[in-house]
Amino acid sequence: MVMTLAEKIIAAHTDQAEVQAGQFVYAGVDFCLGNDITAPIAIKEFEDAGIERVFDRKRIALVPDHFTPNKDIASAEQVKMLRRFAERHRIEYFFEIGRMGIEHALLPEMGLVLPGDLVIGADSHTCTYGALGAFAVGVGSTDLAACFATGKVWLRVPETIRFMFDGKLPRWSSGKDIILHVIGDIGVDGALYKVMEFTGPTISSLPMDDRFAICNMAIEAGAKTGIIKTDDVTEDYVRGRAKRGYRPCHVNGSPDNIETRSYNASKISPQVAMPSLPSNVCPAEELSHIKIDQVVIGSCTNGRISDMRIAAQILQGRKVHPSVRLLIFPATQETYLQAVREGLMDVFIGAGAAVSTPTCGPCLGGHSGVLAEGERCLSTTNRNFPGRMGHPKSEVYLSSPAVAAASAVTGRITHPEELI
Amino acid sequence: MRGRCWKFGDNISTDHIIAGRFLSTSEPGALAAHCMEDARPEFHKEVSPGDIVVAGDNFGCGSSREHAPIAMKGCKIGAVIASSFARIFFRNSINIGLPIIESVEAAREIEEGDDVEIDMNKSRILNHTSGKTYSFEPFPQEIRDIIAAGGLMKYVKKKMGK
Ligand code: SF4
Repeated sequence: MVMTLAEKIIAAHTDQAEVQAGQFVYAGVDFCLGNDITAPIAIKEFEDAGIERVFDRKRIALVPDHFTPNKDIASAEQVKMLRRFAERHRIEYFFEIGRMGIEHALLPEMGLVLPGDLVIGADSHTCTYGALGAFAVGVGSTDLAACFATGKVWLRVPETIRFMFDGKLPRWSSGKDIILHVIGDIGVDGALYKVMEFTGPTISSLPMDDRFAICNMAIEAGAKTGIIKTDDVTEDYVRGRAKRGYRPCHVNGSPDNIETRSYNASKISPQVAMPSLPSNVCPAEELSHIKIDQVVIGSCTNGRISDMRIAAQILQGRKVHPSVRLLIFPATQETYLQAVREGLMDVFIGAGAAVSTPTCGPCLGGHSGVLAEGERCLSTTNRNFPGRMGHPKSEVYLSSPAVAAASAVTGRITHPEELI
Repeated sequence: MRGRCWKFGDNISTDHIIAGRFLSTSEPGALAAHCMEDARPEFHKEVSPGDIVVAGDNFGCGSSREHAPIAMKGCKIGAVIASSFARIFFRNSINIGLPIIESVEAAREIEEGDDVEIDMNKSRILNHTSGKTYSFEPFPQEIRDIIAAGGLMKYVKKKMGK
């Protein structure tokens, strides 16, 4: 039987030679994670069950990134729970403020999640690691508690839909535009319970940051995860970072009975998702009349160094529009420092942007940039549901960092071409 | 179980069920006080124990927050019937024991305020208001084992021989 990439990785984590879609398995987990919102519930479940030991203290990450630096007493208490649990079980990877980053940017950067891995995370955007050629799924807190105890997860082996891209992306388009375009095409439940495998010459030529952005938003199409096969680009990224041995998974050929959708990447212009669904997508240039109050550049989707670079390239020598607040959140300490070293911070601050230490903050309407009633934000994050970034009657538009930076300058949604 | 139905549309996200701004606690009562606030502000005040939530496609889409099914359990919702569920919400509900049922027909036809009875053992829904009955697909054995144990942690404990 020819297995898909996802099936092959799952099979390698069970005692079976082969698995197939629809089958129910308990699979071994290489790495698991929780954050300051989801891990407290998992810790409580784990402790209430009276289990004394975690399955492997080097295969668990606890990342306080959502309401940190602690926004209030309640969130400080949640982080304290993580810290205490990490101490008690000598968890190797607890990331303290000042040494952290948004989980899905941080763990690949630290070489903690690796090609061929099976990863679970109590956070829906765990699917981001699929960009490394891992099978990585978001789960809930109880799943994480069970994994702390057993190192295993229950899974229904998912079907795969293949998304094939050919052609060269236009100058101002990126991985973000690819994934917004696909979600616009198939809808927010277009890949429900399935794996989205991204493939083809366009994908092979994309750098890792774009691949992470693509897999990050697979969940926004309802998918179990996104995945991209491990190749030289992946290996270059992982080399020098990997904290342990790993085994990339390669498939020979692929099952021919798989649903495949083909796209011409040269036709994918910068895309914007309008309120209040990530599938409500339209080309940026058709929205040039939409005025905005706030722009956010950052998050686990687009807070990496190449995102910072393209934003700086557009903001260089320009000013943020007087009626716009531009907030920039590098996703990790390493990205932050790199941006300082490259002089990007001079550009941001000089342009009139507010720059923050890494945090999820505004992405989930948590803190550091919450929207008031009737306000409109253009954001490089991944969700625009009502109330996502603040008041239930505020609006969120989603785009790439290039469109976000250009729009911050003009005060309305803008294709970067208009400026440059 | 039997209760009054509250009807919602498609793509009700975990942000609707419990918004990000309320997540600095995981206590069921505190979460219940904001359940569905951004979709129907009156919901948490007027919902009664045993009421049933009926929704369209992709219920519970968005974040992995277990706070969403916990908030619904906190409101003492009897069950959720939807045309389809987002997958993390689905597994969280199984893991913590919030009864969920996938039925396209029932989700479409049941109206706001209908008096509906669910028989989990017989996989049957009876709408006392319209007189219609629906049968639904039971879960696979492995999922029923988790439910029968009383949730995933109890199941794991049993397996670990605790
Ligand atoms: S940046 Fe936003 S989407 Fe990403 S992990 Fe944080 S809250 Fe979730």
